[in-house]
Amino acid sequence: MTKSLKDTRVVVGMSGGVDSSVAALLLKQQGYDVIGVFMKNWDDTDEAGVCTATEDYNDVIRVCNQIGIPYYAVNFEKQYWDKVFTYFLEEYKAGRTPNPDVMCNKEIKFNAFLDHAIKLGADFLATGHYAQVEKRDGEIKMLRGLDENKDQTYFLNQLTQDQLSKVMFPIGNIDKKEVRKIAHEAGLATAAKKDSTGICFIGERNFKEFLSQYLPAQPGDMVTMDGEKVGSHDGLMYYTIGQRHGLGIGGSGEPWFVLGKDVEKNQLFVGQGFEHESLYSTSLTAVDVNWMSAKAPEASFRCTAKFRYRQTDSKVTVNLMEDGQVEVIFDEPSRAITPGQAVVFYNGDECLGGATIDKIYKKQEQLLYVG
Amino acid sequence: MNQIYADHAATTPVHPEVLHIMTEMLTEHYGNASSIHAVGRRSRQVLDEARSFVAKCTGAHFNEIIFTSGGTEANNLAINGVADAMKHRGMHIITSKIEHHAVLHPCEALVQKGFHVTFLDVDETGSVSAEDVKNALTDETILVSIMYGNNEVGTIQPVEEIAQILTGHQALFHTDAVQAFGAEDINVKKLGVDLLSVSAHKINGPKGVGFLYVKKDTPLSPHILGGEQERKRRAGTENVASIAALAKAVELAAEEREHKRKKLAEIKNALINRLDEHGVKYSVNGSLEHTLPHVLNLSIFGADVEAMLVNLDLAGIAASSGSACTAGSIEPSHVLTAMFGQGSERLRNSIRFSFGLGSTIEQGIKIADEIALIAKRLIPAN
Repeated sequence: MTKSLKDTRVVVGMSGGVDSSVAALLLKQQGYDVIGVFMKNWDDTDEAGVCTATEDYNDVIRVCNQIGIPYYAVNFEKQYWDKVFTYFLEEYKAGRTPNPDVMCNKEIKFNAFLDHAIKLGADFLATGHYAQVEKRDGEIKMLRGLDENKDQTYFLNQLTQDQLSKVMFPIGNIDKKEVRKIAHEAGLATAAKKDSTGICFIGERNFKEFLSQYLPAQPGDMVTMDGEKVGSHDGLMYYTIGQRHGLGIGGSGEPWFVLGKDVEKNQLFVGQGFEHESLYSTSLTAVDVNWMSAKAPEASFRCTAKFRYRQTDSKVTVNLMEDGQVEVIFDEPSRAITPGQAVVFYNGDECLGGATIDKIYKKQEQLLYVG
Repeated sequence: MNQIYADHAATTPVHPEVLHIMTEMLTEHYGNASSIHAVGRRSRQVLDEARSFVAKCTGAHFNEIIFTSGGTEANNLAINGVADAMKHRGMHIITSKIEHHAVLHPCEALVQKGFHVTFLDVDETGSVSAEDVKNALTDETILVSIMYGNNEVGTIQPVEEIAQILTGHQALFHTDAVQAFGAEDINVKKLGVDLLSVSAHKINGPKGVGFLYVKKDTPLSPHILGGEQERKRRAGTENVASIAALAKAVELAAEEREHKRKKLAEIKNALINRLDEHGVKYSVNGSLEHTLPHVLNLSIFGADVEAMLVNLDLAGIAASSGSACTAGSIEPSHVLTAMFGQGSERLRNSIRFSFGLGSTIEQGIKIADEIALIAKRLIPAN
């Protein structure tokens, strides 16, 4: 027997932003038993001495009172530190460029927070992500958000059937403009609130300055692929592959780009030109592979993939490897693939799953310089 | 859904008789008590009567009562007022780790100003030892501030004993009686304190009013400056309506005290007995003997306080844990931390129930039933 809407309890993860505000509003309008819950994952104080989480929670309170739903807060600072931030630092130490948002969704939002929601009697957990879930072929599929520009399935690539069966993305089928419009029409306190940018715990701050508080920076040499020293770097962790800005190398010719790093020698590889051949690769292997479908994938199949957020899809062939990793072979050479970032697979509008980029190859030869 | 309010230690509903007095004052006796005309004189008369009555009820003299905007201001005035007025005689203050933030934070701020503050530990029942106070005393000590009864676990502190230890010492003795006043029969002379803080909203009075008892000739620097109200110790037009309401609340609390204490004990017992019947595993934080009659702090084994409180709320039961953190989520209580140490399970599974006007035995039983129901759902059987 299915529950009536008013007996179906949905906990909405509310950040104090417009997306989750509208998600809660829509569910309430549809007649669900809605509860707003704010997650506090990071303790932070801005320059004016105001705790940013407090400000965001105050917005959650205003919106929930406007919508007419109860609200609570839950503290996951410890879990976030242990599962997300520690991972984030370890990856940087190892010379990679991690994606903490993927980890946060996997370990916090759709794990610890989902458990918490269920403890509150929730049948579903909803968030303001731009993604869609749909029942197809006897299981739950995750589809790209309708607003292509905002699609967030890239960050949700680690979700499983079990998690998908308990989530709702109420704004996944509308575009951002419409979300703002709904918020304005309902007079929600967050209607005109600026979208958050960047990594949540860093916010608008200087990334370099932030990271230097946690990891000792070891300045070293910037060298060309031939080993010629052309400058100095402030610490390898501050650079990511394909980066152009902040290198500070003068001289004539085309602009300089980061090509890779040697963690042992503490050297940053750089080269001139956006199209520098060392930036291109033809395949990769990836770890922490997750397939959303409960059905086992074929040993080798064709699909499209994203190697970083907001990139357009590339055509690839995926080969499952014996150790649980995957090999991804690109139809066309791809630029600036970065270890630590996620590779996410799609079949049309459906997100198949994803993995963490580990090693990168050019014509079967591993590119050791990418870190 | 029927609401059960079991958070009277946070704040209380206004008693109908208190509301009546307050409404009458606001509508009919709106005068400024400092004005020279008849309208003002009438307010002054009400103010004097209230002061006289509150003084009498607490064993104080008329001039020893300073009305404030509440307990927080009373505590701030006591601590900062004494520190400022006595600093030439020493800069050492003794308090405890289980005080309300309205005492702890002013003390911490004084550390920034060069004062030396001793924050005493407590035992597992949440009690400060008078012996520890004695051992912490130095020639430099100017103030001892130990609360009467703890707001989170209810433990009553050895205030009289501490007062005796301080006899003959220069140090002044302040007690924060915000949570205890009304529930306990408090006489400042018998207690032997120099300063005592009270808030109206904890005793079925309105929010935004309270008083500080300051013994005659106690050095105290004012920190709100302006007009000459409260004999220049606390400026600002007197909140006559609220003060009259406070006096009424004090009167009702005294009248109903014995009856209420008996009833509160019955409610607490009913709740505990019912938990036993359900086989819920718990222990009482604090003590069932030396405790405020309205506070019951329970550590429910295996529970997660955040989930438990939200589930209780969704079931229509209002309770609380320790102090709420600024982002709304729950930080470990500093009181339980002082009692059990940072690693204790009790920091994560303790809930405070507190009763008062309108509380019934049936409510106590209903609360226990609901705890059992939630516990069954949330706590994996072991």
